[in-house]
Amino acid sequence: MSERQVNDLVVTLVTVTNLLVAFFISGLVVWALGEDPWFALETMLYGAFGYDEGLGYTLYYTTNFIFTGLAFAIGFHCGLFNIGAEGQAYIGGLAVGLICLWLEDWSLLIVFPLAVLASIIFGGIWGAIPGYLKARHGSHEVVTTIMFNFIASVIMVYLLSHILRPPQEMSPESRDFAEKVWVPQMHEIFDWFGLEITQTPLNGTFFFALICLYLVWRFVWHTRWGYELRTVGTNESAAVYAGINVSKNIIIAMIICGGLSGFVGINEIMGSSHRIMLNFQAGIGFTGIAVSLIGRNHPLGVLLAALLFGILYQGGAELSFEVQTIDRHMVVLIQGLVILFAGALENLFRPQIEQFVKLVVLRTT
Amino acid sequence: MWNDILLILDGTLRISVPFLLAAMGGIFAERSGVIDFGLEGKMLGGAFVAAAVAHWTQSAWLGLLGSIGIGIIFSMMHGFASVTKQGNQVVSCVAINIFAMGLTVVLANAWFGMGGKTPQLPKEARFLSIELPFAEAMRDIPVIGEIYYELISGHNILVYIAFLAVPITAWVVFKSSFGLHLRATGENPLAVDTTGISVNKTRYQALLFNGILGGMSGAYLSTAHLGFFVKDMSAGKGYLALAAMIVGKWRPYSAMFACLLFSALFAIKDKPEISEMLKGLVPLNLIESFLEMSPYILTVVILAGFVGRAVAPKAIGQPFSKEK
Repeated sequence: MSERQVNDLVVTLVTVTNLLVAFFISGLVVWALGEDPWFALETMLYGAFGYDEGLGYTLYYTTNFIFTGLAFAIGFHCGLFNIGAEGQAYIGGLAVGLICLWLEDWSLLIVFPLAVLASIIFGGIWGAIPGYLKARHGSHEVVTTIMFNFIASVIMVYLLSHILRPPQEMSPESRDFAEKVWVPQMHEIFDWFGLEITQTPLNGTFFFALICLYLVWRFVWHTRWGYELRTVGTNESAAVYAGINVSKNIIIAMIICGGLSGFVGINEIMGSSHRIMLNFQAGIGFTGIAVSLIGRNHPLGVLLAALLFGILYQGGAELSFEVQTIDRHMVVLIQGLVILFAGALENLFRPQIEQFVKLVVLRTT
Repeated sequence: MWNDILLILDGTLRISVPFLLAAMGGIFAERSGVIDFGLEGKMLGGAFVAAAVAHWTQSAWLGLLGSIGIGIIFSMMHGFASVTKQGNQVVSCVAINIFAMGLTVVLANAWFGMGGKTPQLPKEARFLSIELPFAEAMRDIPVIGEIYYELISGHNILVYIAFLAVPITAWVVFKSSFGLHLRATGENPLAVDTTGISVNKTRYQALLFNGILGGMSGAYLSTAHLGFFVKDMSAGKGYLALAAMIVGKWRPYSAMFACLLFSALFAIKDKPEISEMLKGLVPLNLIESFLEMSPYILTVVILAGFVGRAVAPKAIGQPFSKEK
C-alpha cells in the first residue's frame, strides 16, 4: 500500500469511528429516556429505506443537505466558517419563489435557469456582505453570518405576512405558482419512461444536486480559481506572497456558498411546496455543517454524509411518530454530537487508529 | 413622556440581564485565549435545566444551581475539545450550540410532553420582584423618587446579581492576581508557562467562571423573565452577548454599556407608543420589523469596525502546546 492509500484508510477509519461514537452517545440518550436504542435504530432504518415512500423522502432531504453541505465545504476550503447557510437559503429561496411568481407563464426550460441565477444573485449577496466585511474589516464571519440569519428571518416574516400573502388568506405564505413552473416530481419523471413509483416530494432537483457535486469538485480541484481558494484557506500569508488576492477569494467563496445554499429553495419551493413559506429552510443550513465535516469537505464525502443525514431526518420522523417520547429534535442532538466528534475532536482516536493501521499494513506486506 | 422613558429604561434593565451575565462569562473565556461562541448553547441549556429543576423542586434557587451545573458541563466539554485536545474552538462552540438546541427539546418533550415547553412555574418557584426599602414611600418624590421606584427597585434578585457581576468581573480580571494570569494567558501563553503557571489550568479556571455565568444567563430567561422554557428561547441572545463583549473590547464596563444599548433597542420595540408616534410617517409593520432586526444590524455594523476597532486577545483561538 502506498503512503497515500494508508492515509486515506486512516482518515476513513477516523471518520467512521467518530460517527460511531456520536451515534453511541445518541443511543445512550435514547436509552436514558427509557426506550430501546436497537428498536429506535430499526425503526429509523425502516422509515428511511423500508418502503418506497420512505426512500423518496430520504432522497428528498438528501438533496437539501447536498446543497448546504457543499456551501459549507466551499467556505471551509477558503478558511471560512460559514454558518449562514440558513439565511442564505432563505433569501436565495425567496428569489427562486419570486421568479416563479413573476414568470409563471413561461416554460420551465427558461424559468429553471433564471431561478438558479436569481438564487445565486440573492443568496450570493447575502453571503457576500459578511464575506466583504470579513475580507476588508476583519469581522468574524461566524458572528456576522449568524446575524444575517436573524435579519433574513425578520425580512421574510415581514414579506410573507404583509407583501406576498394574498389578501384573503390567513397564513403567511405566498400564493401557489402555476403548475407550468413546477420542477417535475420524481414519479412524473419515472412515468415518462413507463415506470411507476410512489409519489413523494422527491423531484428533479435531485439530479441538479448531483450536477452541483460534480461542478464543485471540478471547481475546487481542477481550476485555477479553486487552487487560489484552497491556498487562501491553507495559508493566507503564503497566498499573499504568491500574489493571490485574498479578499477577492473570500468574497467569491462566500458568493458561491450563498448561491449553493439558495438552491435549497429550488428543491423546497419549486419542487415541493410550490409557494414561498415561512421557515422552509429551517435547520437545513445547520445540518450542512455536520454534513460537510463528516464528508471531509469533499463532494463525494458530502454526498455520502448528505445521504446519512437524509436517512436520519426521514428515519427520525418515523421514529418520533412511532415512539412518542422521542422528539424529532433527536436529529439535531445527533448533529451536535457529530460536529463535536467529527469536527472539534477529530483527532481524539487518531493516534490509536494510525498505530493500528500501521501494524496491520506491516503485517500484511 | 418622562414616564415612558422611565418605563423603557426599566425594560432595558430587565432585558439586559441575560446579555450581561453571558457577556461577563464570555470575557473570562476569551481573555484567557479560548473563543466562546458557545454562550448561546449555555444560555439555552441553562434556561431548560433551570425551568425543569425549579418545576420538580419548586425552588427557583435550585433551578439556578441546575443551570450553573449545565453551564459548567458545556464549558468543560468545550475545554476538553479545545484546550486538552487542541481541536478547532469555533467548531466545538457550534457543536455545543446545536447539541443544546437538540437536547433541550428532546428532554423537554420526553419529560413534559408539551411540544418542547416546560410547565408554567408557580410564583413560589420563580424569582420575583423585590421591593427595595422605602421605594413606596419615595415614589412621590419627583425624579429621584421616581427613578428609585421605577428603575432601581422592583426587580428580581438576578437583575441585581447581573449588575453586581460587572464590577466583580472587572475586579477579578484587572485587579486580582488570577486576573493577571488570565490576561497574560490570553496574550502570551508561552511567557505564562515559563513563569511556572499552567496555561491549560488557567484556561480551565476561566472556563469554570464562563460556565457559571453562561448557565445563569439562561436561568434568568426561564425562571425570572417568563416562568417556563420554550424551545429556542435564547433566540440568538448568546450571540448578541458575544457581540456586546467584542464591541466592549473585552472590558466589563464597556461590554455592559453595549449590552444596555442592545437591550434598549429591544425595549423600544416592545413599546407600542413608539411605533404609534411614527405611525403617520412609515407603515407600522415596517417599523416593527425594522426595530426587531436593529440589534442584529447594529452588531454587524459595529463588528465591521465602523465604531472603533476591536482588538482581540492575541492568543485567542490558539491551543497551547509547549513543543512549539
